[in-house]
Amino acid sequence: MSQTTTALIQTEPTHAVTWRALCHRRDLVANSGVVAWLDGYQVALFHLPQVDDHEKVFAIENKDPKSGANVIGRGIVGTLKGELVVASPLYKQHFRLKDGACLEYPEQRLRVWPARLQGDTVEIGLDS
Amino acid sequence: MNSLVTPIKRETLVVIGNGMVGHHCVEQLIAHGALAHYQIHVFGEEHQRAYDRVHLSEYFGGRDAESLALCEADFYAVSGVHLHLGMQVQEIDRERKEIVTTQGRIPYDCLVLATGSYPFVPPIPGAEGNSRLVYRTLSDLDSIRAAARTARRGVVVGGGLLGLEAANALKSLGLEAHVVEFAPRLMPVQLDADGGEALRQRIEALGVGVHLSRATQEIVPGDEYAYRMNFQDGEFLETDLIVFSAGIRPQDALGRSAGLDIAPRGGVVVDNTCRTSDPCIFAIGECASWNGSIFGLVAPGYTMARNVALQLAGKPYEPFTGADMSTKLKLLGVDVGSIGDAHAATPGAKSYRFIDEATSSYRRLVVSPDGKRVIGAVLVGDNSYYDTLLQYAQNGIKLPQDPSSLILPLSDGAPILGADALPDTATICSCHNVNKGAICCQVDQGCTDLGELKAATKAGTGCGGCSALLKQVFEHELSARGVAVDKSLCEHFAHTRQELYGIVRVEGIQTFEELLAKHGRGHVGCDICKPAVGSILASCWNQPITDPLLIPLQDTNDTFMANMQKNGTYSIVPRIAGGEITPDKLIALGEVAKKYDLYTKITGGQRIDLFGAQLHQLPDIWGELIEAGFETGHAYGKSLRTVKSCVGSTWCRYGVQDSVGMALYLENRYKGLRSPHKIKFAVSGCTRECAEAQSKDVGVIATDKGWNLYVAGNGGMRPRHAELFATDLDDETLVRYIDRFLMFYVRTADKLQRTSVWRESLEGGLHYLKDVIINDSLGLAAELESQMQLVVDRYECEWANALNDPEKLKRFRTFVNDGRGDPDIHFVKERGQRRPATHSELHLIPVTEEAL
Ligand SMILES: Cc1cc2nc3c(=O)[nH]c(=O)nc-3n(C[C@H](O)[C@H](O)[C@H](O)COP(=O)(O)OP(=O)(O)OC[C@H]3O[C@@H](n4cnc5c(N)ncnc54)[C@H](O)[C@@H]3O)c2cc1C
Repeated sequence: MSQTTTALIQTEPTHAVTWRALCHRRDLVANSGVVAWLDGYQVALFHLPQVDDHEKVFAIENKDPKSGANVIGRGIVGTLKGELVVASPLYKQHFRLKDGACLEYPEQRLRVWPARLQGDTVEIGLDS
Repeated sequence: MNSLVTPIKRETLVVIGNGMVGHHCVEQLIAHGALAHYQIHVFGEEHQRAYDRVHLSEYFGGRDAESLALCEADFYAVSGVHLHLGMQVQEIDRERKEIVTTQGRIPYDCLVLATGSYPFVPPIPGAEGNSRLVYRTLSDLDSIRAAARTARRGVVVGGGLLGLEAANALKSLGLEAHVVEFAPRLMPVQLDADGGEALRQRIEALGVGVHLSRATQEIVPGDEYAYRMNFQDGEFLETDLIVFSAGIRPQDALGRSAGLDIAPRGGVVVDNTCRTSDPCIFAIGECASWNGSIFGLVAPGYTMARNVALQLAGKPYEPFTGADMSTKLKLLGVDVGSIGDAHAATPGAKSYRFIDEATSSYRRLVVSPDGKRVIGAVLVGDNSYYDTLLQYAQNGIKLPQDPSSLILPLSDGAPILGADALPDTATICSCHNVNKGAICCQVDQGCTDLGELKAATKAGTGCGGCSALLKQVFEHELSARGVAVDKSLCEHFAHTRQELYGIVRVEGIQTFEELLAKHGRGHVGCDICKPAVGSILASCWNQPITDPLLIPLQDTNDTFMANMQKNGTYSIVPRIAGGEITPDKLIALGEVAKKYDLYTKITGGQRIDLFGAQLHQLPDIWGELIEAGFETGHAYGKSLRTVKSCVGSTWCRYGVQDSVGMALYLENRYKGLRSPHKIKFAVSGCTRECAEAQSKDVGVIATDKGWNLYVAGNGGMRPRHAELFATDLDDETLVRYIDRFLMFYVRTADKLQRTSVWRESLEGGLHYLKDVIINDSLGLAAELESQMQLVVDRYECEWANALNDPEKLKRFRTFVNDGRGDPDIHFVKERGQRRPATHSELHLIPVTEEAL
């Protein structure tokens, strides 16, 4: 696998997206995850009130590729070698929040969406 | 196949004796490829395959014959060696080169005698049955156990190493124990007069009677006890059973009758190649006499076994040139060590002695006439000096300026011989003959794990005496190569769990954030440190785990207070303390299960598991369960799970105590205690042990006088029998000991370490643990008890707590912005209940069908 640095989808979008409201700030749980429904997709939202002095929200696919179960939103968030990750609660493999790459198994990769807080609204960026 | 090549006929090798040394020889033969030259037959008189005789006494501490075995049950068969157990060899017919058993004759080309030795019982009139027990085999121990059942007092004849071990065994069986020794001191072979005296004081302090300079003349029926032993001086001692441990004699009967050379003091004479006077016959282990000596220790036997195996495999070998008889032991909890010329028998030898009468400690250092080298030592009370002294003695290391510093209390800044001072040839493990060089070699090959090192070299897997030194050398070699011996929890904390526990307690830290800010790195943590710290915080302060600051720390199971299953649904286990449940509650459980269509199964811990609930259903289900009087069962937590029980004296005709009552009390006391790993208990109402308490972290078995407490057992992947910890306790003492035991475990164990592994990692083992818990040797008991009381007082059902707080219930939504369930969860029916659909079944489910 070649390392691609250009295709990483940051929380801040690198291309034009349409923002869509998903839920309210109070639906989030600090330093942990919840799941939102998006037209048939399940999106895990992780709220980190303080990373590098910024408040951040990450949106990442909820389906664990290894088990096929929709559980990623219930994993523990943390950092590994400085990267923000979530550990799948079933088999404990780690996915990078910024791009969905799996640290242990390169063939597993989760979809990610740009996400942000607009006031008290949690928004997610969809390709326009 | 090429028919022109005639296979070389393999010769027949017969090994007589399947004891420790015979077994080691077979292992070595296999390892060195001797099966290519020989077909091997092994005959063992005992019914069990070779077992660890050195740790025989643990058979009374809860280990069974199987766990003492030296190999897997099918090891011989898989390796292609014929093992004949329960079969005594009766004769060696050297003329026809055959051995004779009751089953017939077997020819041999080559023979190895490994028949060990037998206990010597002096010919005393009246010694028979329970007044003539011995301590050598598993079946001897069965006899002792049977005799002890109706006994109050037991006597061991012989105050040597094995006699003291036997006395300890009698004590652990609940008897009042006495030792009768012919010589004027204990352990006359290994200790000098002052050392023997220090040992006597320590042992008497433990409540064991010591009778020195006593020769038993006869054994007659007693008045108050079954037997009376009359001594030569007119004194007598009464007892219910007598174990003889008056020395061992080499089992050389086969050699004698076959006309092999026998040494004057017994034993089949062997030379430097372990060959007897018949070049086709070898003798190894305790039945062999080399240079007039027999060696009653396992290490020299193993050396002989290796020597013979290499010869037979046609490989280079080192001649056997005697062995070091230094020993380090813990007898009745007292450290005893003896090295080399302990009696300073070498002409011109000089001694240094240290005596501390206050603690009955004694140390003697014997140095060579020129004062340059250590040639012997005696230690009583503290073996921490042993490793260093042994290395000085074995490697001829030059003595420091002031030799006495080697035995003076360490606070005086004694020069400890570091691992770096040892030459590569220094023997670390004498059982398996592993020297420092071999360990360095493994480290050079990239070994960084102590377990791996032990597997690769076998070091530390014999008598285990070298464990501490092995670890020290290993870690030293790792650091010397720049490999950090990393004990950090993870990249965020350069601490062990134990260190973090201490910090949390001492600094009164209440949150993960605070601990991370003060002692860790970064702002977030990870899935290793968060649950570990969550568990420590809960163990210390027992705040509801549903508190907002604690929530992100928990594993998903703790967060949602249910057990996640493979399809992302949860199972629910309400507490059914002691396995006791009213019909009404049972019906209520059934009704909830039916309403939510939950797959229902009885667990091994005597409760009921309900499977298949989705996240958003958990609060409703728990609302109904709490309504019906249930509370959470903590099946999701690293915490107390269940206290299993049998019905006990209330119903059972054999029961001697109310085991259900005790189980309920214990379960209600410790429920909610968060710990490094899950904890299981059981209480049995009599020794029939229907609750299987000996496989639990804490096992309680009723006796007619109270309760016996067992600790650190385990079922699961690596089963371990719990060890007998204390006997005949009243209710209060039982609970006090359990309080202390659990809190000491919580305080000192590694993350995710079960009590069994923790116990095995404790340096000083069970004795140390007993010292801490029973004798309060660390002065911690009161603190441990009050910490436990805090946890008990703060108990609150986590589910009840969550249901009362709408904020906390917010999390129990499958989707925060939509009321539906997870559409990807599918079930099928099996045996009248639903279960998750398999991948192949999923394809059969029409895509339009949504979640049930
Ligand atoms: C309680 C106890 C504690 C000990 N502690 C230590 C210790 O801490 N450190 C230490 O180094 N050593 C210790 N020892 C000594 C150690 O166990 C022995 O040195 C070791 O077992 C000797 O091994 P072996 O194979 O020569 O004899 P054994 O292990 O006795 O094996 C001999 C086997 O041969 C069988 N046999 C005999 N005759 C025949 C026959 N005719 N046909 C078939 N089979 C036969 C016997 O039944 C026996 O199973 C201890 C011993 C005991 C009993």
